Amino acid sequence: MTFRIHVPSDTTAKARGADRIARLIEIVAEEHKIDVEVRRNGTRGLYWLETLVEVETDEGRYGFGPVKEGDIESLFAAEFYNGNIEHSLAVGLVEEIPYLKRQERFTFSRLGINDPLSLEDYQAKDGFKGLANAIKLSSQDIVDAVKESGLRGRGGAAFPTGIKWQTVLDVPSPKNQKYIVCNADEGDSGTFADRLVMECDPFMLIEGMIIAGLAVGATQGYIYCRSEYPLAIENLNSAIQTAYDHNLLGADIQGSGKHFDLEVRMGAGAYICGEETSLLESLEGKRGLVRAKPPLPAIVGLFGQPTVVNNVLSLAAVPFILDKGAKAYADVGVGRSRGTLPFQVAGNVKFGGLVELAFGPTLKELMFEFGGGTRSGRPLRAVQVGGPLGAYLPESQWDTPLGYEEFSQKQAVLGHGGIVMFDDTVDMSEQARFSMEFCVAESCGKCTPCRIGSTRGVEVIDRIRAGKNVDANMELLSDLCETMLDGSLCAMGGMTPFPVQSAMQHFTEDFVKNAASATQAKEV
Amino acid sequence: MTTSKAVAWEPVTAQALIDDLKSKPGALLPILHAIQDRFSFIPEEAVALIAQSLTLSRAEVHGVISFYHHFRTQQPGRHMVEICRAEACQAQGSRALEAHAKAALGVDYHQTTADRNITLEPVYCLGNCSCGPSIRVGDEIHADVDATRFDELVEGLKTDRVEILL
Repeated sequence: MTFRIHVPSDTTAKARGADRIARLIEIVAEEHKIDVEVRRNGTRGLYWLETLVEVETDEGRYGFGPVKEGDIESLFAAEFYNGNIEHSLAVGLVEEIPYLKRQERFTFSRLGINDPLSLEDYQAKDGFKGLANAIKLSSQDIVDAVKESGLRGRGGAAFPTGIKWQTVLDVPSPKNQKYIVCNADEGDSGTFADRLVMECDPFMLIEGMIIAGLAVGATQGYIYCRSEYPLAIENLNSAIQTAYDHNLLGADIQGSGKHFDLEVRMGAGAYICGEETSLLESLEGKRGLVRAKPPLPAIVGLFGQPTVVNNVLSLAAVPFILDKGAKAYADVGVGRSRGTLPFQVAGNVKFGGLVELAFGPTLKELMFEFGGGTRSGRPLRAVQVGGPLGAYLPESQWDTPLGYEEFSQKQAVLGHGGIVMFDDTVDMSEQARFSMEFCVAESCGKCTPCRIGSTRGVEVIDRIRAGKNVDANMELLSDLCETMLDGSLCAMGGMTPFPVQSAMQHFTEDFVKNAASATQAKEV
Repeated sequence: MTTSKAVAWEPVTAQALIDDLKSKPGALLPILHAIQDRFSFIPEEAVALIAQSLTLSRAEVHGVISFYHHFRTQQPGRHMVEICRAEACQAQGSRALEAHAKAALGVDYHQTTADRNITLEPVYCLGNCSCGPSIRVGDEIHADVDATRFDELVEGLKTDRVEILL
């Protein structure tokens, strides 16, 4: 008989050696004259277990991980291909692993199960059912469903997706052309959920974009993906070609008379292009300078036409909503944060990975019950949520429920759901300096508070760290943060102060520690 | 992109790449990517060709190239090594890694080793944030990179390895 074995193929699994593991399994199987078929799934997103090799059995898939090259012979000796769990790397039935079982995988229901590029696999697990429903609905009905679901922009701004779509649906296009633009410029450190959609379930994003097109009357879509994600771009292009081959994209989708074309465009290493107006400039072939708003992109967007700009996760949530119903999505969550958010537990974490849950659990639950604390084993000291523009939270705030409003009450942001953990070796004044330094490197340069403010910010923090006039410079830094907050054109300059201010407020000791030694040095 | 596959500047090839893409809406970025993928950088000569083909000024094309970190106007080394500098990797020791890398290669960021083998660049997030520090070599991402692993990877770039089955 043929034993079917799955070896993950996403960037992190590959970075941990999955390609060589897959090849080695084939070679050793041949040597042992055992008939195995190695399939490449995406990843379950349980990253400490990568490379997580899964064996198909009648009872389900048995997992072994983390598998390294040196483990292959012993796995064969233990006849792992039978699902035999007599091996130190055996983790049992993968779906029963508590980390996975406790999740609510609405968007990521297929993650790590299917072959990312197999349309058949996708359709076997509810793929394109949402589109089939959408084709039967009017544009307004689709928009209403998304409104009812309570879906809010998953890129971080949390603007209600249905309302954005309504605007684009209602506004006439001077050139009779509207656009769907997917923001796949996932530049926030600690986030990889967009990458997982694109690498491991690309048809879901394609389906979401087609539905968005039907909803607002757009016939052209662009996915603007960052150049740091070569595999995501490769898989998207391949899936788009398959979709065209099966009449799921093009002039007459599934004989419905509906038209939608889709193309991937590659970014070029500019963080600012994750800001929607900068992204549109970049798509138009220009420098990614932020545009002043209004006019909103929904009214004057790409090439001056009405444009939906949505994050990957927003669009990826749409097939579920159109398939299972708006209510099924809206039924979970907390307050005005409805549905699920795929959290990404990263940084110094023991069990890092993707954790999709309904809004509402606390940071503590994610960092300890899922994450298992720090990888280094040292005490956890600070956590940055929401990317490089998100605040650092001290222990006193780790009970905050994960919801948009709940976080903004603490001057923090949930952003794209990235959670970056730091142990007690972190120097928070160094982290604050980095926030400013990052803004220097990535500011588009259009407005002064961001362009110049960040440069001055680095200088002031350097003086503080050197112990020079610490009190006066701390005050100056506070003023500078206020100026950037109030005077910047977009979130880049307007939010860079969040991590800086939170570090100053909650970890003051890291800023003033050199003040004393500098004074002492002077006295000596 | 693997820069070692790049070919020498050839205006006819460049013009063909440009002609292939120039009718796309917002064609400039796709064209710049195509040129850099082929020639490993965007030579001054390409700027004039692109400007003429898209009826832009050379200053406009230059302005776009200089805005984006990804585009370069100098020939890089045979291999591109990018070290993630973002927070999730910092939390796992990337500051020590970058110091080691600079010392081991004898270059700073945006510089190329004396033997023209390796160009070192910073990168802000490779999306491998649970298993850092991360680096990118060509199009391959590597996880859990400490100083020892970095040295091994660099050693592997020094000689053109014979492709073995694995």
